[in-house]
Amino acid sequence: MKKSARFYSGAELVAKAAIDAGCRFYGGYPITPSSEIAEFMSVMLPKVGGTYVQMEDEIAAMGTIIGASLAGVKSLTATSGPGFSLKQENIGYAYMAEVPCVICNVMRGGPSTGLPTALAQADIMQAKWGTHGDHPVIALTPAYLEEIYELTIKAFNFSEIYRIPVMLMLDEVIAHLSAAINLPEKESLVIKDRRKPSVPPEKYFPYDTAYGDVPPMANFFEGYRYHVTGLSHDKTGFPTTDPELVQADQERHLRKVNWKKNEIVDYEYYLMKDAEIVIFAYGSTARAARVAVDNARKSGIKVGMMRFRVIWPLPEAEILKLCGRAKAIIVPEMNMGQLSDVIERYAADRTKIIRINHVGGVPIHPTDIHNKIREAL
Amino acid sequence: MAFEYEKYLRMDKIPHLWCPGCGIGIVLKAMLRSVENVGWDKNDISFVSGIGCTSRAPGYIDCNTLHTTHGRALSFATGVKLAKPDKNLVVFSGDGDATAIGGNHFIHACRRNIDMTLVVVNNNVYGMTGGQHSPTTPIGYKTNTTIYGNIDPTFDICLLAKAAGASYVARATVNKGRVLEKYITKGFQNKGFSVIVATANCHTQFGRKNKMSDPISSRKWIESREIPLEKARTMKAAELKDKVITGEFTTDEAETTFWENYNSPVHEYTEAYAKIIEKVQEK
Amino acid sequence: MKIDHYEARFAGVGGQGVILAGKILAYGMVSFEDCRAIETPTYTAQVRGGATKVDVVIDKNHIEYPRTEYLDFFLSLHQKSFNIYFKDIKNDAIVVADPNLTPKIPENIPQKLILVDLIEIAKREMGKTLYSAVMAVGVFAGLTRIIKESNIQKAVLDNAPKGTELDNLKAVKIGIELGKKARKSKEKIIKLSIDDVSIPESGK
Repeated sequence: MKKSARFYSGAELVAKAAIDAGCRFYGGYPITPSSEIAEFMSVMLPKVGGTYVQMEDEIAAMGTIIGASLAGVKSLTATSGPGFSLKQENIGYAYMAEVPCVICNVMRGGPSTGLPTALAQADIMQAKWGTHGDHPVIALTPAYLEEIYELTIKAFNFSEIYRIPVMLMLDEVIAHLSAAINLPEKESLVIKDRRKPSVPPEKYFPYDTAYGDVPPMANFFEGYRYHVTGLSHDKTGFPTTDPELVQADQERHLRKVNWKKNEIVDYEYYLMKDAEIVIFAYGSTARAARVAVDNARKSGIKVGMMRFRVIWPLPEAEILKLCGRAKAIIVPEMNMGQLSDVIERYAADRTKIIRINHVGGVPIHPTDIHNKIREAL
Repeated sequence: MAFEYEKYLRMDKIPHLWCPGCGIGIVLKAMLRSVENVGWDKNDISFVSGIGCTSRAPGYIDCNTLHTTHGRALSFATGVKLAKPDKNLVVFSGDGDATAIGGNHFIHACRRNIDMTLVVVNNNVYGMTGGQHSPTTPIGYKTNTTIYGNIDPTFDICLLAKAAGASYVARATVNKGRVLEKYITKGFQNKGFSVIVATANCHTQFGRKNKMSDPISSRKWIESREIPLEKARTMKAAELKDKVITGEFTTDEAETTFWENYNSPVHEYTEAYAKIIEKVQEK
Repeated sequence: MKIDHYEARFAGVGGQGVILAGKILAYGMVSFEDCRAIETPTYTAQVRGGATKVDVVIDKNHIEYPRTEYLDFFLSLHQKSFNIYFKDIKNDAIVVADPNLTPKIPENIPQKLILVDLIEIAKREMGKTLYSAVMAVGVFAGLTRIIKESNIQKAVLDNAPKGTELDNLKAVKIGIELGKKARKSKEKIIKLSIDDVSIPESGK
């Protein structure tokens, strides 16, 4: 990379990827450490004829992106911990009404106002269980700048394919990191759009399962004139309290992601072939873990890492297998053990789980992990 | 010739869930006549609502209808409108939905003066949740949560809307469906944020607790409190206590004061944003 | 760049422009020195006057750990940021500080310490204290030779707002000369003031 290099920050890459994925609407509310994404979108969207709006609060911001998506425009919002909490009711609405959209959460320390400018991975469980009721969840956890670009596009694709809100979970380390990177050619990008109905309006039902678990979606103002509600509804979109219909619909919602898990789960093995000690990691923490693995390997320790690019859903079968095989498992996280708890259930006392939990707003250092690797021996 | 409401209704969803004698039906009908008055195509309209009795209205209307979360209808509608600025947005809300849980969205939609019409059916009570007091329950009146008499001061929704920047604000009671129709039609025609407050009866929840549990006595109570703006202007402030002023709050020249000129809406939001896009793309 | 891996931190308080210093350095390394660099700013809640820093990690190859591990270079323009961010610094690292705004540096630190009146010099020579940040990257270049003099100048020019190119160039040149002076000295503590400034030929 001679000559003048183009530097990108993580935040800018979210904005750039969103626009390249076809996003033309951003509704937001300022909050640290995610505000840069809003700033970039406010500059970039008008250039492509899209719309940026800063709303009166986080809840309204979430409302606008659902509205815009129903009108046929791919939409993004970005927020951080407390804002993510505020958005949860409307996120539930997007699940219930099956409206595609992407929520980027640049995580910070909590609970409450917590550590506004410091780093954390505090919302891993909020991404899964933040809104009330059961719902399918897809949450992505990029660790590299190139990956932010790639996974932001993937987040939009998932949201369009499965008609759900998708969580893009960044930590402050990579959101604020800047480096010169090469982006893929625009022509090489795979962009997915929601499936449109193939029937005329009089034969259209917005939640028709005749076409599979993900019903085709008509946009507003295209002649289909249907009803959207957050109430439990039947295939016509109108409220129902019929226990059988409600049960079947809830099961279908979960099936949308559960049955397609193989197409969604995304992980990377690093030096796992002969690994006796296994590290499970995600986000920027995985980069510290990778350095620690390299260092430990130099002294002959058989350690490897499984890194999750998609944190929800998790590749259960693979984790179960590893839990049976590993002598010890290390889970470094910038929270008090949100993934560790899940891994512990998979391990079911078959192997030792070593946790590394940093919540003080400073990153986990490779040495912290290296020490635990030695402890595991 | 009788008005063909069927043209705009999803007749398979009727009968509706409102109590017999409820005022919401009158507002809904006035609204549908207004749609006819302005000649909108059903495909180009989106009716949006939040939660509550009033918010069930869009379900009965044959267009693009969106029944959202409690208080948030204006934010969803803002998203729809910004995505498709050439379409017509109407939000249907109650007093609790619009001014309590949705109060923040309400004042900011007014401030933005975004081109849509908000119709607030104000029945002074939370009906669907079982009759609790709302930000418009008059002082002294009883509800299931103010059984000793309400001490919680009220909002005047029209004054609030006007102060926050809405460019058309009017109020009529459900006793005068034709006046409501006139105001809603004007709201639809206004390029900007319009707020029409329909003072309505909830004899089931509010009336029951205040010795007017049938529609007639509840409507009579509304009638007894109504003071037209022209008349109100001739009265003393003390005489207007407990009264409801009806009329158009934004179009009357006599109502324009120094402060209103100082604080008048600067522009409509989607038009202003279109200019930004134009400016940026010119470069 | 002659070495494989290098970590630098520029610290100060909000409004001094240290974040820009990090940006310029990272940009220069990637654009003109054929290596990788990442740059991470850290803010606190207080926008003006709050402690702030920017870390630059430079490597011949891919940079895995996205934060600094052990610093080779630390520069502080304020006591506040010195107190918070003076940590994980190698014993043979170089520490640069403005002694007027960072008056309480422990005497027993093992690192080579260069005390430069950066703010004062910027004020007197450039008329604006804001130029102390660009001067700081000049000091870095002259002192460490991690980035060539010509390359840091190019990096400064590429990042200078329109109309301020000549002033920025002058500032970075002043910094480079100060850095070179400090580099020649064998003392453990080196003091540089306005008297040590040799004005480079203006612009062009």
